[in-house]
Amino acid sequence: MPAFLAVILTAMITDNFVLSKFMGICPFLGVSKKLKSAVGMGIAVIFVMICSTLATYPFYHYILVPLGIDFLYNVGFILIIAIFVQLVEIILKKISPELHKLLGVYLPLITTNCAVLGVCIINVDNGLSFVDSILNSLGAGLGFTIALIVFSGVRGRIEHNDIPDAFKGIPSTLVAAAIMVIGFMGFSGMI
Amino acid sequence: MSTKPETITNAKQNSPDYFYEFIKGIIKENPTLVGLLGMCPTLAVTATVKGSLGMGLSTMFVLICSNLLISLIKNLIPKSVRLPAYIVIIAGFVTIVKLVLARFLPPVSELLGVYLDLITVNCIILGRAEMFASKNKPLASVLDGAGMGIGFTLALFLMGTLREIIGAGSWFGLDIPFITNPVTLIARPAGGFFTLGIIIALVGVITNKKPKMEAGCANCPSKDNCPTAEKGEDK
Repeated sequence: MPAFLAVILTAMITDNFVLSKFMGICPFLGVSKKLKSAVGMGIAVIFVMICSTLATYPFYHYILVPLGIDFLYNVGFILIIAIFVQLVEIILKKISPELHKLLGVYLPLITTNCAVLGVCIINVDNGLSFVDSILNSLGAGLGFTIALIVFSGVRGRIEHNDIPDAFKGIPSTLVAAAIMVIGFMGFSGMI
Repeated sequence: MSTKPETITNAKQNSPDYFYEFIKGIIKENPTLVGLLGMCPTLAVTATVKGSLGMGLSTMFVLICSNLLISLIKNLIPKSVRLPAYIVIIAGFVTIVKLVLARFLPPVSELLGVYLDLITVNCIILGRAEMFASKNKPLASVLDGAGMGIGFTLALFLMGTLREIIGAGSWFGLDIPFITNPVTLIARPAGGFFTLGIIIALVGVITNKKPKMEAGCANCPSKDNCPTAEKGEDK
């Protein structure tokens, strides 16, 4: 298997951000009720993940490391992501109102989505190259989207069933997620 | 302050009751099990008791410090940039915790890994900053942070205890002799979702309250300034 495909598939399926790393659980539980919002949130996350990797990689390697303040990456990255999300929103509004309409509502939520900060930090921690970082972010974003889309289907099915009162709402959702994670464990020996 | 119920009713009528500010986060408004916030660390690091306690106490430290600092400088921060300012303050304290742990408790630091950095985006901390510290006096904010931190730590400790005993047959790294066939699935990612689902259902039964139907927007601390809240999904 070509190396670039392995990086993407690992981040997407075997090390799925939501299902095996537990990042981005809030949108996973909050926005997965309808297929349409799951897709919108997914695309917005892929977009922001790639863009913030494009910004944080040079920031870390060409500004923080030469200055010897690489321990401040956490503060820097979160600031970059926060600024970036705002910037993306403003630019999208100007140049492509349709795309803004599609993604706009999800963008503000993404600043505090731990998957975005998580992927930037993991890229730096693992010492990935620039290209690998971007592929890893792409895979992570695709994995997030897949998890959201699949789960929105599962939720549609359980919502209208007769479940015990105590399990209505979040508890049944979490148990369903557990079963889905067991399914994804089957991929673990694949790559 | 002799009996508990009295204290709570007093606090409801009038705001500055320090004992209530402290005690409310532990059970009544437990951020994790009742407020359904901070799900990511609750699922990610609770496979062992050690990881749970490390994460709980680190988060509590950050929560207390950021609450104190934010309530001290709340009038200096312009309203329009307050959220980025809060996040940067929180990230600063997270960096302190990370450096201290890496120096003095390397095993815990390694165990928590990237999740230690992700305390920055824990909704509980930003939520308390926005909902409490930015409106209250320093002492009340510190007590609120301590209470919420203890509540969070207890929830994580409970998760960690259950998952380590059932999933690994040990507690805090000590083997429990009569458990010979641990259910390893519970210590794996799937078990995290499963255990949390059961615990939240139980808490709902015990407190005799209908469990909340939604995570996300309904309880999100920043829903007031978030254009997405509720509207986004119904479109």
